[in-house]
Amino acid sequence: MRYLPLTETDRADMMATVGVDGIEDLFADVPGGALLEAPPDLPHAASELSVERQLSALSAKNMTAGSVPFFVGAGAYRHHVPASVDHLIQRSEFLTSYTPYQPEIAQGTLHYLFEFQTQVARLTGMEVANASMYDGSTATGEAVLMAHRVTRRQRAVLSGGLHPHYVNVVRTLSDMAEDQLEVLPADPLGIEDLIAAINDDTSCVVVQTPDVFGRLRDLRPVVAAAHAKGALVIAVVTEAVSLGLVESPGTMGSDIVVGEGQSIGNGLTFGGPYVGLFAARQKHVRQMPGRLCGETVDADGKRGFVLTLSTREQHIRRDKATSNICTNSGLCCLAFTIHMTLLGGRGLDKLARVNHANAVDLAKRLDDVPGVERLTDVFFNEMTIRVPGRADALVETLAGRGILAGVPYTRLAPEAGHDDLLILASTEINTDDDRAALVSAFKEELA
Amino acid sequence: MTLRFTKDHEWLAIDGDIATVGITEHAQEQLGDVVFVELPEIGKEVSQGGEAAVVESVKAASEVYAPVSGAITEVNNVLTDEPATVNQDAQGAGWFFKMKLSNAGELDGLMDQTAYDAFVGEQA
Amino acid sequence: MSMNREGRPTAPRNKGAADAGTFTGNRALMLEEPLIFEIGRTEASGIDIEEPVTNRTCLGGLERSEAVDLPGLSEPETMRHFVRLSQKNYAIDSGIFPLGSCTMKHNPRLNERMARLPGFADIHPLQPQSTVPGALDLIAMLADWLKVLTGMPAVALSPKAGAHGELCGMMAIKAALTARGEQRTTVLVPESAHGTNPATAALLGYGVEAVPARDDGTVDAAEVKARLGDHVAGIMLTNPNTCGLFEPDVRDIADAVHEAGGYFYCDGANFNAIVGRVRPGDLGIDAMHINLHKTFSTPHGGGGPGSGPVVFSEVLAPFAPLPWILSDEVGARLIEHAEDGKASTAFGRMTAFHGQMGMFVRAMAYMLSHGSDGMRQASDDAVLNANYVRAGLRDLMTQPYGDRPCMHEVLFDDAFLKDTGVTTLDFAKAMIDEGFHPMTVYFPLVAHGAMLIEPTESESRASLDLFIASLRDLAQAAREGDNTRFLDAPRHAPRRRLDETRAARSPRLVYTPPEPQDVEPTREAAE
Repeated sequence: MRYLPLTETDRADMMATVGVDGIEDLFADVPGGALLEAPPDLPHAASELSVERQLSALSAKNMTAGSVPFFVGAGAYRHHVPASVDHLIQRSEFLTSYTPYQPEIAQGTLHYLFEFQTQVARLTGMEVANASMYDGSTATGEAVLMAHRVTRRQRAVLSGGLHPHYVNVVRTLSDMAEDQLEVLPADPLGIEDLIAAINDDTSCVVVQTPDVFGRLRDLRPVVAAAHAKGALVIAVVTEAVSLGLVESPGTMGSDIVVGEGQSIGNGLTFGGPYVGLFAARQKHVRQMPGRLCGETVDADGKRGFVLTLSTREQHIRRDKATSNICTNSGLCCLAFTIHMTLLGGRGLDKLARVNHANAVDLAKRLDDVPGVERLTDVFFNEMTIRVPGRADALVETLAGRGILAGVPYTRLAPEAGHDDLLILASTEINTDDDRAALVSAFKEELA
Repeated sequence: MTLRFTKDHEWLAIDGDIATVGITEHAQEQLGDVVFVELPEIGKEVSQGGEAAVVESVKAASEVYAPVSGAITEVNNVLTDEPATVNQDAQGAGWFFKMKLSNAGELDGLMDQTAYDAFVGEQA
Repeated sequence: MSMNREGRPTAPRNKGAADAGTFTGNRALMLEEPLIFEIGRTEASGIDIEEPVTNRTCLGGLERSEAVDLPGLSEPETMRHFVRLSQKNYAIDSGIFPLGSCTMKHNPRLNERMARLPGFADIHPLQPQSTVPGALDLIAMLADWLKVLTGMPAVALSPKAGAHGELCGMMAIKAALTARGEQRTTVLVPESAHGTNPATAALLGYGVEAVPARDDGTVDAAEVKARLGDHVAGIMLTNPNTCGLFEPDVRDIADAVHEAGGYFYCDGANFNAIVGRVRPGDLGIDAMHINLHKTFSTPHGGGGPGSGPVVFSEVLAPFAPLPWILSDEVGARLIEHAEDGKASTAFGRMTAFHGQMGMFVRAMAYMLSHGSDGMRQASDDAVLNANYVRAGLRDLMTQPYGDRPCMHEVLFDDAFLKDTGVTTLDFAKAMIDEGFHPMTVYFPLVAHGAMLIEPTESESRASLDLFIASLRDLAQAAREGDNTRFLDAPRHAPRRRLDETRAARSPRLVYTPPEPQDVEPTREAAE
């Protein structure tokens, strides 16, 4: 087996050194009958070529985003990732290293984590950020728990514009922890009254912007109302590129900003791995979940970086930790940091403008399709339309024609009853031809 | 002023019905560099053995227990900015909080300096 | 106070005596590198972006009031920055990385290539399922392999990492108890457990009761029985445990827990020791997470991403979270919502979308490559390698539970360093100078000054011989009082010992430009 260096001679010699007659002697503590006499009933070892054949055959059965006009978003976005990003993250020293528990020989990882934290803090308009969470949805769940700790209250209010998967993640956590939750109904028109839902027991209000329907939300009125009741505002951003153009949640007064960082540096990969962003105010730093990287000096006085404030974490605090999280999204943070470095502030601004322009153009074209009603007037790169009939059937039909047209809202929340809503995203990857193809297919199918 | 110690390595100096509480020199040595101290709220009622404060080093977080029952009357805010004070002067400037005793009888169960020194000696 | 006996210096004691130095601070191949915030320029960019198709906006007045303050770099500068950073990292590809409990084995590059096939990498989690049959087949195949390897009837694939898997498993247990109309309050956790276990139980509102270890480092079924009752939701037991030992009483423990109406959660962090040798399903386990990044070698990537699928017994399977993967003659499909007759008992959702697909592909490539025979051999070799290290060091280093066969990792304590003035930490840092990544130190907490060595099956005999010889030299040096070697270590790493005390006392978590008075006066200002 190509990955195993020991030869039969090595094994025999080593067993003699250890003082056992056979490998089974080392499994002597396994209770009677549980030690398998033969390998489980699965195929045996295969050559690299054979594995490549098997998996390539599976890969070839899928319709890839890059091969068709593509408008699917709703929490994961296809952007162009420069070639240098993928090259750099495959450097052995990044790819095959561990959590930087020995900082003297992990300055590479720690250095980029410090850069990542700074980039996230600046992008979101916040004071501090952690070294990442699993993804945007779990980061949102953690943010709610953090708000409960900070306010010592247990009731969260979730906007009806929050991605339904995120709602379900928070609801699961909340039910299991026996906290209270108020979830507002799906809000495609942006008319919900979040402020009315805030009361003296509210620990936090969770608002997504742009929301799952693509609508940009002005957080300032909610922030003012929440703060007046002693509650925190958690802003959720699932499209990180929007931060290049839209007022940051931090500037609008949010107390915690969480997000999905996939858009910067990371591919779609059918939903994961992604990178959860988590930013907060300095005064709440000891209530934050997850790893934090901090600056210090070494014995020679040279600047260096370490993981810090670890007493918040499970490996020290155990049952009193701020979270049970251990793993972060190291390599995905690295991809984010490299892509963000290549962009720079000006590049991000331009990328965001291109995204927005493509969406504005898409909106204009959609407005010309008879029977289609556009519900989103204030947006970044995504919008919701109402179609005659079921949106999922329409998407299925267009997929048959080689167009991936968007996400039917029922795919996310079938129980909500918005069968006719379709969410479409248009990033920099879309061309005029793509948008023209989509619109003409709509016209034909809806005629 | 009477000095008493607990088996959990807190010391308390009793002056009338007010006790000043901290962690012992031995405890600070074991803990290593103190980097953060979380102090109780003034007015908080604590019972003997209950959690009253938290002291953190880089690699550990430890609860500081109330050596006796009572109400917190004062906390040492110096520790918030200068947690190293606990290492420098654990049984002096590094005190954690003062409390008003609600049951002086609880003092009888605590150790004096000689007994505590012997206790630490046994544990080593 | 709750006493901590692992206190150790977290600021360097022996400050340098800096070496002769160079003008640049560089040392040949070891190049100093500033932060991007110190070398980048806001107007610089390494990406050329086409012009927007329109300047019309629909932002409703929510446009940024100020540009994002982030410096950029051109592509060559970016390459150099990150390549230089990479050179400051130790990695498995550079040498042995014997972190106990972390399983740093070889990462086959085939796995990377497969994960980047466009049919896996460039598909959206919400595009119609009809357009991704190959991806769904792969997920179903992974589910099958995991079920066969563990002997368990169901698996939830969506948890994002080991701790997330623990949370998933414990949520299923809580859901099963709720379905029975019971509310239990306590979870039993052995003292040697990973910190994630008690943290997970606490997150779900359970009180944690510790179970002490026997003198031999394993859990006594009698100690478990003594703590069981109708208030106990279950036990979280790592097997093989964090001392590197297989729990001999595991079946008795499972039986006792079940008899008391509780469930048995197994922390599968060490599953890599027994893959192909023992099926957890044969031991009475109800739920166990599998760290794909450990056991099946999807890379650790400097701390993530991970992937933590959870296998379930028959009794917990109905409560598995959404989505479910179903496979029948029609093909594989994901059940994303409770449907008529399907998944109505699911306890909820762990994450958006379907889990770590990129990791699924890598794990599947690993499994197909090894096959069931190769995975069994990998477990055997991992166990043999750990015992070989034990045999090579047992006369010079001390083991807290005596010299006995271990599984895939061997635990030493610091008794052999007693009265030398050298601590476990010093010993670990001296290993860095010798060119090794240290083992896991100060974990598990049950051993004083613990050193947990997991060589993995990826090490050749020559590599192990060198490692053993070097540790013997160090142990001898400590015994002989050659303390400078330890207290000054590391002397040859990119950084010497870092001041963690300072980092924690006044945290600097983001870059802040130096205050004007700290900046060297410019020529004009000076004049």
